[in-house]
Amino acid sequence: MSNRHGSNIPPVINESGIEIKPVYTDRDVIDSGGYDFIGAPGEYPFTRGIHPLMYRKRPFTMRQYTGFANAAETNQRFHYLIANGQTGLNVAFDLPTQIGLDSDDPMAEGEVGRVGMAVDSLKDFEIAFDGVDLEEITVSLTINGAAAILIAMYLAMAEKRGYDIRTLRGTAQNDILKEFIGRGTWIFPVAPSIKLVGDTIEFCAREAPKYSPLSICGYHIRESGATPAQEMAYAFAIGKAYIDEVTARGLSVDDFAGRLSFNFNIFGNIFEQVCKFRAGRGLWAKIVKEDCGATDQRSMVMRMIAGGGGSGLTLEQPENNIVRGAYYALISALSGAQTMALCCYDEAYTIPTPFAQHLSLRTMQLLIGEMGLGDTVDPLAGSYYVETLTNQMRSEMEKIIADVEADGGIVKQVAEGRIQASVSAQAYDMQKRIQSGEFPKVGVNCFRDSEDSAGTDDEDHKPAFHPYDADGAKRQTDALADVRSARDDGTVRRLLKKLEADARAGENVMPAIMAAVKAYATVGEMTRALAAVYGRYREPISF
Amino acid sequence: MSAKKARILIAKPGLDGHDQGAKVVVRALMEAGFDVIYTGLRQSPEAVAERAAAEKVDVIGLSSMAGSHLSFCARLKPLLDEKGLGDALWIIGGNVPEGDHGALRALGLDAIFATGTPFDDIIDYINRKTA
Repeated sequence: MSNRHGSNIPPVINESGIEIKPVYTDRDVIDSGGYDFIGAPGEYPFTRGIHPLMYRKRPFTMRQYTGFANAAETNQRFHYLIANGQTGLNVAFDLPTQIGLDSDDPMAEGEVGRVGMAVDSLKDFEIAFDGVDLEEITVSLTINGAAAILIAMYLAMAEKRGYDIRTLRGTAQNDILKEFIGRGTWIFPVAPSIKLVGDTIEFCAREAPKYSPLSICGYHIRESGATPAQEMAYAFAIGKAYIDEVTARGLSVDDFAGRLSFNFNIFGNIFEQVCKFRAGRGLWAKIVKEDCGATDQRSMVMRMIAGGGGSGLTLEQPENNIVRGAYYALISALSGAQTMALCCYDEAYTIPTPFAQHLSLRTMQLLIGEMGLGDTVDPLAGSYYVETLTNQMRSEMEKIIADVEADGGIVKQVAEGRIQASVSAQAYDMQKRIQSGEFPKVGVNCFRDSEDSAGTDDEDHKPAFHPYDADGAKRQTDALADVRSARDDGTVRRLLKKLEADARAGENVMPAIMAAVKAYATVGEMTRALAAVYGRYREPISF
Repeated sequence: MSAKKARILIAKPGLDGHDQGAKVVVRALMEAGFDVIYTGLRQSPEAVAERAAAEKVDVIGLSSMAGSHLSFCARLKPLLDEKGLGDALWIIGGNVPEGDHGALRALGLDAIFATGTPFDDIIDYINRKTA
């Protein structure tokens, strides 16, 4: 094929649909929007980074996703990671906890403690965080449908240990809209789900102003099949929907937007990823300033956690995932992430083993310690290619957001299952491209090991599985029974009634949840009280 | 000419919410001309057995990404037998460790497809077994 360069080279189009030229010059930057939107690090629109000195002042926080079985075992793993230099905790919960079921619920059978820590009551949080310095170590809770309850548990646990929740830091994921698109740990219908997110943000803005009650996730939308540009655009549309929910209650955007953060995916093309983040920072700042009316610069910055994505990893030749992970970490550092949670090479098989977690932690430490990634801010700035692609990625994201708004807005589109259907169709197309060999995946559709090669795909290299401890489920349900028998049931019943009444009256339910949590009401009991008012989500199925 | 195409139920067992793979396979099977019913998330063993019986399917496919397939299949097996679905083709796909394959086959699973299995392999297998 001949192109405008007169040579017979095939075109290159990145996943977001932008054609990549073989050579870039200053002209390309000018034509794509110029240098106006770049600015200086730490200044609006923050394209180059949210802080003037970035990693020179403080390297990214290293916070691996951890949590399994029960609170006591998770506590041991926390102490192990902290002893190895990890500076934050990123807590994984089991599926019953994530969807608001107690460990003794019939639907929880076979799932208790399987993909994360089982939590039934405040007691589990007391054990899990025992001995962890909550001022030194920031804790991120990966919880969405049940976030209001687990945020309350975290605050109540900290309060009980003598911390002042007015100065307590920490993060909860709490992005329920993305759960309807991907990951699927929804509980209530869309409207009350957004209301609950609003309740947590409003409550924290008033009572725990240093706590970050929401981390808006493009990550899982990307995993479900979205392009990198869509990942950012949908996340921003969702973020704005939450901001609108809270400002409608009379809070100013500057009262809370400074505590919002993002969680994004990294896999695929290095430059598309770096430019995605640079473009995204500029666009989010513009949205919060111009569309939401923020005046405080802290409200406009896109803080993010990023460090890989499970979909980039492969079952085939699993040790290649170690190399992929190192590149993902490099991308994250080049992109100015505040926190890194690097995916582990065995994630395509199992929840990460301690060995794999250790390797991921060292990978991140190598970047700062040996590779010079902390030396200077936004080191790729000024590259004709990077600045052009940053401009183009931003334009693409703006176009996607405009299309969503023109078609009823993100909330409506998610409620009707339309985003889900279009993202799923894209996932199917991508899978076909991989299977046909059109989209290269090393070890999968090219560079596969032959039988007699010095290949890597042999039994010795298969990652070890994290065993499921069926006895652990029994220990958890026994512990839950102990909690139920030790507490004052009359008080719990009264507080659950109060929670239901507050929900029915449309009040902010966080104070009632806090009270119930402190009386050792369980996740399942509080969820049922809310579901009695809100109902439960029914998944729209369309292809 | 070939006989009528098989009727297939694709289900998401248990609480796992990772449905990208299940939905992708549903699309591939639909495009291949099968009659496909997708349950959506959070199916109990009872719900899967009832739906399979009500829809009179020839194939029951489960998609498992979060590890609870063994206990789920052990609970589903007697329910399928009870509903007279013991002869239906029973397959599973997703993140299914090799160490679980023996136990799954002993329960009656006919085939286990790893994440990323080419669509044609799944389609050919179903066509062959339901011909």
